[in-house]
Amino acid sequence: MNEKIIEVENVRKVFRIHRDMEITVVDGLSFDVSLGEVICIVGKTGCGKSTCFNLLLGLEPVTAGRIRIEGKDPYADFKYFRTKIGAVFQTDRLLPWRNALENAVIGLELVEESQTAREETALKWLHRLGLEGFEKAYPYQLSGGMRQRVGMARAFTVNPDILLADEAFGHLDQVTSIQLRKIFLKLIKETGKTCLVVTHNIREAIEIGQRMIVLGKPCRVLLDEEIPTFSSEVQKSDYEERILSVIGKNEIYVS
Amino acid sequence: MFGKIKNSIASKKGGIISIGVLLIVWEISSHFVPSYLIPNLQAILGAFLKVVLSWKLVQHAFITVARILVALGLAFLVGALLSIFMGFFEELEDYILPVLHFVMGVPALSWVVFSIIWFPKVEMRILFILVACCTPNYTLELHDGIKAIPKDLKEMLESFRPSRMQLFTKLILPSIIPAILTAWKINVGYATRVAMVAELVGATAGVGFQLLSAQELFDMPGAIAWTLVLVTFLLLSQFILGKTESKLLSYRPKMN
Repeated sequence: MNEKIIEVENVRKVFRIHRDMEITVVDGLSFDVSLGEVICIVGKTGCGKSTCFNLLLGLEPVTAGRIRIEGKDPYADFKYFRTKIGAVFQTDRLLPWRNALENAVIGLELVEESQTAREETALKWLHRLGLEGFEKAYPYQLSGGMRQRVGMARAFTVNPDILLADEAFGHLDQVTSIQLRKIFLKLIKETGKTCLVVTHNIREAIEIGQRMIVLGKPCRVLLDEEIPTFSSEVQKSDYEERILSVIGKNEIYVS
Repeated sequence: MFGKIKNSIASKKGGIISIGVLLIVWEISSHFVPSYLIPNLQAILGAFLKVVLSWKLVQHAFITVARILVALGLAFLVGALLSIFMGFFEELEDYILPVLHFVMGVPALSWVVFSIIWFPKVEMRILFILVACCTPNYTLELHDGIKAIPKDLKEMLESFRPSRMQLFTKLILPSIIPAILTAWKINVGYATRVAMVAELVGATAGVGFQLLSAQELFDMPGAIAWTLVLVTFLLLSQFILGKTESKLLSYRPKMN
């Protein structure tokens, strides 16, 4: 349990938005994640959570500091992480010309598994996510919640070691969001995956995570602690209040 | 089956009526104006049938169509390569786009003059004119298509660590199919018009050559018949492209 699978050390990310203007989105970000841990990262909208997500996913290089996942740099050792990291995004990001099954299977297509094997795996995940009968439906024929389920199936299909989720339930209506959250939690518990969930919803973080990391603006750790076990709704609300007060302290920072 | 035909005719009612009115006005005018200026419909139909029923004459149409398709194929190839290069290496845009915009500003007639000076062979001249006129359209249309690919989708696919070829086949190519079809639709019409101008320059075969002959012989029914052959080719091309579009873009929601 104590084996560090993700190590983020003093990371800084600066974007040049104009010839003579830079914006520091991440500054001095450090935390680590142990194997099998489920961590929730919370912070205000615009604090750089999604940039942090992209850095962990290896889609962007860090400006300073270092990120190591399984001892390797997710940006520099890009190919190493094929099928090792799965991602569930804020929006479904489904390819409109592919049906649900074809979308779910795309990660395996890139590693060239046989068509039968990859379709079998994708179908299994689509069915576990309650999409039986919708395998051949195109994204425009599915509801927002169903599309997000396909997005989740796509991430689970490659059987990644680490699962990253960026505000995966944030744009859905409350009922669908709660439903999907439950399914997601059940699946990550069953599969025992290391999971890092980025969210701006503290209640969501309390329900999903074992540990909470609160980010300030620019993106750096304000609080990093185990989420306690709550015996009552009042305790949960008090905890939420405390986290909110931590998030509220920060000012916007632009260099 | 009968209902389907009936619906199809009903949806084209407006077009059928306006073409009908145009034909009636033409026929009436032909009775008041000398036939060498406005021939009657019967003469035009006769000239048209003479063209389409004579293998010797139909060959001229095939030659023109072949020239257009070969040139369009080549222009598409060059345009696709340039736009893909610009898609993968954005810094190339600074070098390629200004040249394309400059080339687009050159009138087709200038390319005709340049081709006469640069190339002694007629086929080379026609090919050069068509490729010079159509390549910028293809490149810019496809480049716009590549630029319009949502960053979200690119990031999603990149999270699976694709190779460049996989990124192209799984994301870029399917995303730009609408742009490819639009580029072909625009260029088929444009290339057909430019091909007529190009074939006037020393060609001894083709629809342009036949139109020039009709003008020299003051053969108005012949000129209209050859024009109709071209229009038929254009309508047929648009029909094929439309069907291809319906098939390839069938994943899109149907508009009622």
